[in-house]
Amino acid sequence: MSLLNIFNQVEISHYIYLSTVLFAIGLFGVLFRRNAIILLMCIELMLNAVNLLFTAFSTYMGDSDGQIFVFFIMVVAAAEAAVGLAILVLVYRNTRKTDVSFLDQLKG
Amino acid sequence: MIFLPLMGFVVNGILGKWMPKSLSGWLGTATVLGSFVLAVMNFMELSGGTPEIASINTKLFTFLSVGDFHVDFAFQFDRLSAVMTLIITGIGTLIHMYSIAYMHDDDGLYKFFAYLNLFIFNMLVLVLGSNYLMLFFGWEGVGLCSYLLIGFWYKNVDFGKAARKAFVMNRIGDLGLLMGLFLIYDTYGSFEYQEVFRQVFIGTADSTAVNTAIALLLFIGAMGKSAQIPLYTWLPDAMAGPTPVSALIHAATMVTAGIYLVIRSEAIYALSPFAREIVMWIGLATSIMAALIGLKQNDIKKVLAYSTVSQLGLMFIALGCGAYTAALFHVITHAFFKALLFLGSGSVIHGMHHEQDIREMGGLRKKMPITYLTFLIGTLAITGFPFLSGFFSKDEILVSAFTHNPLVFGLALISAGITGFYMFRMFFVTFHGTYRNHHHPFEKVHESPLLMTLPLLVLAVLSVVGGAVNLPHYLGEGISGGLHHLLSYDGGGKFSPILMYPEHVIELSHTAEIGLLAMAVSVFVIAFLYTRNKYVVKGAVPEADADQQGMGKVLSNKFYVDEAYDVAFVAPLEGASDTLTHYVDEKAIKSAVDGVGKGGFGLSKMLSKIQNGNIEYYLVYMVIGIALLLAFNLF
Repeated sequence: MSLLNIFNQVEISHYIYLSTVLFAIGLFGVLFRRNAIILLMCIELMLNAVNLLFTAFSTYMGDSDGQIFVFFIMVVAAAEAAVGLAILVLVYRNTRKTDVSFLDQLKG
Repeated sequence: MIFLPLMGFVVNGILGKWMPKSLSGWLGTATVLGSFVLAVMNFMELSGGTPEIASINTKLFTFLSVGDFHVDFAFQFDRLSAVMTLIITGIGTLIHMYSIAYMHDDDGLYKFFAYLNLFIFNMLVLVLGSNYLMLFFGWEGVGLCSYLLIGFWYKNVDFGKAARKAFVMNRIGDLGLLMGLFLIYDTYGSFEYQEVFRQVFIGTADSTAVNTAIALLLFIGAMGKSAQIPLYTWLPDAMAGPTPVSALIHAATMVTAGIYLVIRSEAIYALSPFAREIVMWIGLATSIMAALIGLKQNDIKKVLAYSTVSQLGLMFIALGCGAYTAALFHVITHAFFKALLFLGSGSVIHGMHHEQDIREMGGLRKKMPITYLTFLIGTLAITGFPFLSGFFSKDEILVSAFTHNPLVFGLALISAGITGFYMFRMFFVTFHGTYRNHHHPFEKVHESPLLMTLPLLVLAVLSVVGGAVNLPHYLGEGISGGLHHLLSYDGGGKFSPILMYPEHVIELSHTAEIGLLAMAVSVFVIAFLYTRNKYVVKGAVPEADADQQGMGKVLSNKFYVDEAYDVAFVAPLEGASDTLTHYVDEKAIKSAVDGVGKGGFGLSKMLSKIQNGNIEYYLVYMVIGIALLLAFNLF
C-alpha cells in the first residue's frame, strides 16, 4: 500500500478541520499573546495550517500545483522567521524585553 | 520653408540666453531669408513651370481624427498663398535685419527674435494651410505672438495693458471666425478649401442665407484681425511694442490676414451680395474715421497706426466691391510703403533716443538724410503720388468703387485725400521746420546705422516700383494686370482658379478712368500744398492736447471710442468681476476650499489616535480588515 493511499484513507474534511483549528490557534496566539517569540511561532503555525490545507487539497484533486505553492510558502516563511528573529534579538539587546506591548515608539 | 522660422524660434528660445547677441539676431534673419528663397523658388515653379500646376500640396500628418472627421496638417501653395508668402518672408527678412540694429542694446534680444520667428512661422501656416482649421491655427498663433511682442517691454504696465487689449479684441473676432468655421463644417462637411469651394460652386447647399451668415461671421474674424470698426482700437495701442514689431505685425503682415481670409473665401462672398455690402460700408466707415483721427495724433507711430487702419478700410472697400485683385494689390503695395514708413519712424525714434512726439522733433532732414529721403518716398507712395506704387493700387480701388457706387467712390476719395493731409502733416512737422526739443540737443541726433538704413533703401525702391505688379490697363495691355492674371488664371480649365467667379469687370472708358485719376491726383496736390503751406512756410506746430477745441478735440481724443467702450463694456465687466470676486470667490469658493482643508485636518487628528504604535492593535485591525474583505467577497 503506497503512501498516497494512506493519505487518501483520511477524508478531506478531517484535513480541513485540523488546519482550521491550527489556524485559529495561531490567530488567537498572535492576537492575545505578548511575547514576541510566541508571536512568531503562532505566525508560523498559521502558515503551516495553510500549508497543510494546500497539500490536502492537492492530493485530493490529484493536482501538484498546491504542493509547489507549499514549497514557496516554506521558503518565504523561513526567510521571514530569520528576519523576524534577527529583529527580535536586536530588540532584546536594547530593551531586555521580548514583550511587544512596550514597543510603541512609532505612534502617530 | 515653413519650418525654418520655427527652427529659429526653438533655437533662439532655448539656447538664446547663452548665445552672443548678434548671433541670435543673424540666426533669426537667416531662417526667414531661407524661407524667402524657398518661397521664390516655389513661386517660380508655380508660375513659370511647364506643365502648369495649380498648387503645390503637401500633407504632413493627420492633425485631428475624430470619428469620420479628419483634418490634415497639410499645406497648399497656390497663387494667392504664394503672393502672401513672398510678402511675409520678404518683408520679414528686412525687418529682422533692421531689428538687429534697432534692438541691439536690449537684454531680451534673443527672446525678441524667438518671438519674431514664431510669428513668421504662424503667419506662414495661416496663409499656406490647405484648410480652414490650419488657417485658424495660424490665426491664433499670430494673435499670441502679437500679444507677446506688443507686451515685449513687459516692465511697463501700460504696454502690458495694450497687449492685453489687443489680445482681447482679437479674441472677440476669433469667436466670430470660429463660429463661421463651425457653420462651414456644418453646411459643407469639410474644412478643406478645395472641397468647400467645390461644393459652394456646384451649390449643393444652395442657400443664400447660410452663405451670408458664414460670410458675416468670417468677416467678424477679419474685423478683429484687420482692425475694422468696431474692433480697431487695439491697433493704435499696439504701437507700444518695439517699432520693428509695429512694422512687421501691424502694418505689413498680420493685419492683412483678414484680407487674405476674405479673398480666400471669395467663393462664399460671391454668393452673398448682402455680406459684401456690409464689408464695404464697414471698410468705408473705418477708413474715414481712422483717417480723421489720424489728423490730430502727435505720436509718430500713432499717426501711422491710424493710417494703417484707414488703408485696411480701403482694402475692405475693394473686397466689398468684388475687386479682389485690387485689394490684394493694395495689400502688397501697402506692405511695402507702410513697412518703410514704420521702419523710417523707428529710425527717427532711434536717432532721437526714444522720443516719439512729433512736436518734439523738427528739422531732422539735415541730420538724417537717408531716413528723410526714404520717408519722403514712403509718404509719397501712400498719399498716391503719380506712378509710385500706392498711386496704382489706391486708384484701382477707387475705380472699382466708382463702378460699384459713385457715392462710395466719393467717400473713399475723401478718405484717401485725408491720408495726404495727415501724412504730410507728420512728415513736415518731423523733418522740416526748426528743431524743438530742448531736452535732447540737436547735435546728438544721429543717422541710424547701415543695418537699419539698408532695409529702408530696399523698401523705398520697392515702394517706387511696386506698382509694376499690377499696372492699370491704360498703360498698355501687354504689361498690365499681372496680379489679376495670376489670381484668376485657371490653367485653361485644368485646375480650379483661386477666384472662382469672374471679377467685377471694370468697364470704364479711358477718359472716364483718367478723369477719376485726375480727381485723385488733385486731392493729393491740395493736401500737399495745404500742409506745406501750414507747417513749412508758416512753421506751425500742432497744439498741445489741452488746447484743442471743437472738432479737433473730438478727433485728438479718437472720437471718445475708447471711453465709450470703457463705459459700455469694460466698466460693467469689471463691476461684474468685482462682484464675483467678492461673493463667489471670497465667500463661497474660499470657504468651501478652506472647509475641505479643515475637515481633512480634523479627520486626520481623529484617525491619528488609532496609530498608537502598539503592534497588538495593528494585528487586531489587520484581522478585522481581512475578515471584512472575506465577508465582502463571500456575500
